[in-house]
Amino acid sequence: MTEERPTPTPAPKRGVRTSTQIIIWVVLMALLVLVGLGLKKAQNPIISIGSKVPDFPLTMFEGYSYQGASEVNFSDLQGKVVVINFWASWCKPCEQEAAELEEAWRTYADGDDVVFLGIAWTDTPDNSKEYLERFDISYPNGPDLGSRISSIFNRNLGVPETYFVGRDGVLRNIKIGPFNSVQEIQATIDPLVAENITAGE
Amino acid sequence: MRKLFWIATLVLVLSTLTIATVSAQGSTPTDDEVNAIARQLYCPVCENTPLDVCPTDACKEWREEIRNMLADGKSEAEIKQYFVDYYGARVLSEPPRVGFNWLVYVVPPIVIVAGIFVLFRAFRAWSQPSASSPQGATEASTDEDDASPSSDDEYIARMEEELKKRN
Repeated sequence: MTEERPTPTPAPKRGVRTSTQIIIWVVLMALLVLVGLGLKKAQNPIISIGSKVPDFPLTMFEGYSYQGASEVNFSDLQGKVVVINFWASWCKPCEQEAAELEEAWRTYADGDDVVFLGIAWTDTPDNSKEYLERFDISYPNGPDLGSRISSIFNRNLGVPETYFVGRDGVLRNIKIGPFNSVQEIQATIDPLVAENITAGE
Repeated sequence: MRKLFWIATLVLVLSTLTIATVSAQGSTPTDDEVNAIARQLYCPVCENTPLDVCPTDACKEWREEIRNMLADGKSEAEIKQYFVDYYGARVLSEPPRVGFNWLVYVVPPIVIVAGIFVLFRAFRAWSQPSASSPQGATEASTDEDDASPSSDDEYIARMEEELKKRN
């Protein structure tokens, strides 16, 4: 004869309520989404060749101006080939190309097709001005305030770096490191000056 | 004589005040004062390198800039704000408390508190006996029939009897 064992009393439910678990998981997923968005935003580079360059303001050093104004917006330069050169006074390779850049600029200065913009990156104002005087730079130059301009082109910027933008505001060429000659600079600019003229004819 | 003594004392006191004032205007901030601010800033070029220990020439220039600003009477807050305006918020050793940056300050403490709460509940649950244990079943059967022995004891006794028979 078999005797039945009494059924054990079921243990009381332990742990977090289902509704609380759902809330915790939703909050965690929301945090993950935020982190993902932040990482995507911090991706480098910001723009690449073929993409439109966003507008940005450049406040120039004392003594520099563009068409009489001490501040210029990039959008004001639509229709021109723009050469954007990032440099710093503490950068030795920048010194190698400073004279070539100024010489190249002077071949285009009288015309209306090309604009050179020099941007001092993570530099002190006094040292920047001394550098510009030393190399007798005459094209518009200003500091990269808040690193806002460099963050458009390259979050991991090094100097020197030069960006060539066509008349349509599209980034056409990038030069990492110093130029070796004036001819090298002109060889990059001249096709950009010519291509839109050809399209317009 | 007494009058002369007091005049001389007054002149001496006034002259020391003048000297003190001149000294204050000409004093150069010390390295400690400069580094107290520099260690709250990062080198704008070298990644993750505090400005007070960065060995590059550029960093030396930035420390000199801090020294000049201190000598001009600028406060720590003004100097830090100048660096932020010129080089960006990335030069700060602590993210500014604006916008999504608040998550950096709020989320870790919340996660730590939540973790402590979970551990507390877990420890408490482990230390409490459950109702499905043999002791609990024994109490349940005893409640039903006080005169008879527990079912587990009977079961064990029968098992031992069966084993003896087989041996």
